Amino acid sequence: MKVSELLLNSEFVCANPEAGVEGEIISGYVGDLLSWVMANAENSCAWITIQTHVNVIAVASLLEMACVIIPEGAELEDGTLERATTENIPIITTNLNAYEVCKVLGNAGI
Amino acid sequence: MSYEIVFDVKRGDFDKAGEASRKIKHTLQQLGVTNKIVRKIAIAGYEGEMNLAIHSLGGKILLEVGESKLTLTIEDVGPGIPDIDLAMTQGWSTAGDEVRQMGFGAGMGLPNMVRNADEFDITSQVDVGTKIVMSFLL
Repeated sequence: MKVSELLLNSEFVCANPEAGVEGEIISGYVGDLLSWVMANAENSCAWITIQTHVNVIAVASLLEMACVIIPEGAELEDGTLERATTENIPIITTNLNAYEVCKVLGNAGI
Repeated sequence: MSYEIVFDVKRGDFDKAGEASRKIKHTLQQLGVTNKIVRKIAIAGYEGEMNLAIHSLGGKILLEVGESKLTLTIEDVGPGIPDIDLAMTQGWSTAGDEVRQMGFGAGMGLPNMVRNADEFDITSQVDVGTKIVMSFLL
């Protein structure tokens, strides 16, 4: 599933489409402890996290993630979006909670 | 061919933390290092970089590219580690609340380095600093 296909669902909005939304999502990961995510998340995953500071982008970039999904309408901290765009990491916001996001990804075959 | 590159990391500079790891990753990709090894070094390097930002008074990361292995040396000036065995225990951390709220301080930094490096060595002196040397076989 491409990031752009996820965005066809109206629950999801890309905050920085200029980062590119044609990356393939091959798995999902939920976590807010950055070291835990670094150790276990796969490349090309959709990472669901409530953390919104710039280091989220460092982790996502190092692991070459497909996108970062910020659930429950959490607000991004200053600078995060700019860094994400620079690093070509699409940030997707949604009012769904992490579990509901996982259900959407699961139903899409991820 | 051998190649060396040094990065400075400042204490508390979370906005820039991750930059050195990103540059290291980029350098290795340009050199044609396999994705599997790049991922290992990116993870270990990021953990080391964050440790410098969180725990030390500042430090340096040295990347050495050799014929058969890559070496990352992470050396800081800082409080040092009184009990290295304890610090190596997964889940144990001295990080403060503010840092933990950012998702750091899970006590997985050093274990993540050990897990990803082929060789790992740590030495530390209280009130002087800590030095970690990690090698990754090509």
